[in-house]
Amino acid sequence: MADVYSFLTGPCFIVSLAVFFGGLLFRFVRYFYGLDWRLERVAYRPWLGDGIKGGVHSAFKWLIPFGTYGWRAQPFFTVCFVLFHAGAVLVPLFLIGHNVILEETFGFSLPAMPQPLADVLVAATIMGAFFIVLRRIALAEVRILTTWYDYFILALATVPFVTGFIARLHVGNYDFWLLCHIISGELMLILAPFTKLSHIVLYFASRWQLGADYAIKRGGHRRGDCFPW
Amino acid sequence: MPEGQFANKQPITNEEALKHLLSDKGGKQYYAEMAELDVDTEKLWASIRKTCKSRTMTWLEICAHCGMCADSCFLYRCNDRDPEQVPAFKIQSTLGEMVRRKGQVDNAFMRRAMDYAWSRCTCCNRCGQFCPHGIDMGVMFSYLRGLLYAQGFVPWELKIGAGMHRVYRAQMDVTTEDWVDTCEWMAEENSEEWPGLEIPVDLEDADIMYTLNAREPKHYPEDVAEAAILFHLAGEKWTVPSKGWEQTSLSLFAGDWEACRMNVEEVYGAIERLRPKRVIGTECGHAHRATVIEGPYWAGRPDGKPPVEYIHYVEWVAEALRTGKIKIDPAKKIREKVTLQDSCNYVRNHGLGKFTREIISYIVEDGYFVEMGPNREYNYCCGGGGGFNGVGMYRPQRNVALKTKRDQILATGAKLVIAPCHNCWDAIRDLEEEYEIGIRWSFLKPLLISMAIVPEHLKPQEEDE
Ligand code: HEM
Ligand code: SF4
Ligand code: SF4
Ligand code: SF4
Repeated sequence: MADVYSFLTGPCFIVSLAVFFGGLLFRFVRYFYGLDWRLERVAYRPWLGDGIKGGVHSAFKWLIPFGTYGWRAQPFFTVCFVLFHAGAVLVPLFLIGHNVILEETFGFSLPAMPQPLADVLVAATIMGAFFIVLRRIALAEVRILTTWYDYFILALATVPFVTGFIARLHVGNYDFWLLCHIISGELMLILAPFTKLSHIVLYFASRWQLGADYAIKRGGHRRGDCFPW
Repeated sequence: MPEGQFANKQPITNEEALKHLLSDKGGKQYYAEMAELDVDTEKLWASIRKTCKSRTMTWLEICAHCGMCADSCFLYRCNDRDPEQVPAFKIQSTLGEMVRRKGQVDNAFMRRAMDYAWSRCTCCNRCGQFCPHGIDMGVMFSYLRGLLYAQGFVPWELKIGAGMHRVYRAQMDVTTEDWVDTCEWMAEENSEEWPGLEIPVDLEDADIMYTLNAREPKHYPEDVAEAAILFHLAGEKWTVPSKGWEQTSLSLFAGDWEACRMNVEEVYGAIERLRPKRVIGTECGHAHRATVIEGPYWAGRPDGKPPVEYIHYVEWVAEALRTGKIKIDPAKKIREKVTLQDSCNYVRNHGLGKFTREIISYIVEDGYFVEMGPNREYNYCCGGGGGFNGVGMYRPQRNVALKTKRDQILATGAKLVIAPCHNCWDAIRDLEEEYEIGIRWSFLKPLLISMAIVPEHLKPQEEDE
């Protein structure tokens, strides 16, 4: 058991992180490499400054909960999204337990968040996922879009949180749940670059592109300010 | 049957072929042949591989299937929230599926895709504003239209429209001669009321070159006259080119990118020939899109700009009112509830909403202007955009699509709608015909002429008694 544990938190952990960061970086860079001013009909280079301004605005404005018309038009979903993503993004990075392993493996760590905050965020993520599933089943306009792949991605992303939470609460067999948590977490890291979870970076790429499109071609200086997202 | 005599993969390139296709009334045989038309799957896949790059591929891949775009689409809303009208569904089940199947699709698939591309999307781009990932399905549908067009799956009217541009460099059969004659006729016709009125053709180094929509000379020549009167009133040194005057692009609606390029190069050619200080286009949305927004890219211009400053009519009107070149008689300002149609093509897609509002502030008495809700960048399509208005086969769907605008107008309580876009103007006319809600609609030009103060020296001289 101890062997398995040290393998998973040792070499396996390093490989997962390498695939995750390496893979996502690759996808991010390849996205921009694959842009084509003639195909998209956006003169990126001559107006790069405008493009960066409009693109960054488009990516960050959409990170603000209820910050855009789009989010405000769907309050229920926005809450689900925020509940889910706050924990999904912050907890893996700033959990004290993770940072202990980081410290042991690489000799550095990120600041850790207080454990109670982490607990709340994880609970929110699980609740968010639950409501996202409900919404997928309940609403006809989401049902028609939903595929098994969507549930798979949602599971891939949520299982590490559920198993980690169970382990943390010490219900049932701690070692078993911890093992499940590590395996599912590493699986998520490894698969992220190859699945829709690549949106972790491609969100920024895609949002940047549309923002740049509006800032360079579809309005730009004529509109004055950035596009009113 | 591989290729029909009407439905085939060849674009229309000469007058004879055009007349031949036109003779197939309503496209009866055309659509019958299309039901048998083979799909060149190899060519389709090769074309996708060449043109579907990271932006579009990423859009198709990372779509979260969250449905946030559903409510943004007026076609979803006015079709009783039919799930099959959700933008993400529409694009994923057509273009998305085509890409996933590596182009291995059959005739039935292509015809369904055609129905979706031209009767379930007007390329208004509104959904892109509501998608958290910034996925613009209007852009993708326009791209899909190009793929379909190249395989011969395009509505009859739009194959003809694109053919018109290829043959006449205009969306209708208006030749250079017809056009120049119309200019002379209109100047002549109005010279009594407007002494000195001219429509100068091919004047070099003018301050303004004016471009327009072929249906103006063809069906509404008074619109050409009104443009002339307003330039005359404003004292502009202006001209129209004898060639390269047609600004619209039905080929944009058809997805015939080659014809788009040919048409816009004709316009830019006129600019280079006549060297105007700037160019002004008529009150049309997609014409502006085609020559000012997308056109530079079709013509391969790396800076994405037309050869000289090229503005929309509403920008010029706002300027003329601001600088006092045209003065409005305060007694003649509009004193009834009036609303304004924001054209997707130059408001959402070019940010010109502030100019139309500025114009309103000069021509409508305070308190009488009522905004539609939503408006500006967030306005809904009129219901007839992207070629929808012109396709006979989709008329029933188009009529349903008009309901959104009908309800928006009804909610304002206004009986007058200002619609500075040909397509919107048509759609609003048709919605009055279809639903009879008792409204009137107008371009800016006739309103401005009826309100402008005419300086003494431009008035007709009284005859001696
Ligand atoms: C800064 C990083 C991230 C950004 C900007 C981001 C953004 C988004 C956006 C815009 C959506 C689409 C809306 C939605 O359906 O919820 C989405 C969906 C999703 N994201 Fe993220 N995300 C990020 C990180 C993550 C991470 C780290 C995970 C998982 C651990 C994750 C898992 C998911 C899942 C499962 C969905 C689909 C939800 C559904 O089924 O509707 N995301 N994300
Ligand atoms: S809003 Fe965007 S991500 Fe969500 S279903 Fe529509 S296109 Fe896909
Ligand atoms: S572009 Fe407009 S019409 Fe087309 S799917 Fe999007 S919102 Fe609907
Ligand atoms: S006709 Fe007008 S409102 Fe309709 S799509 Fe075109 S520009 Fe938009």
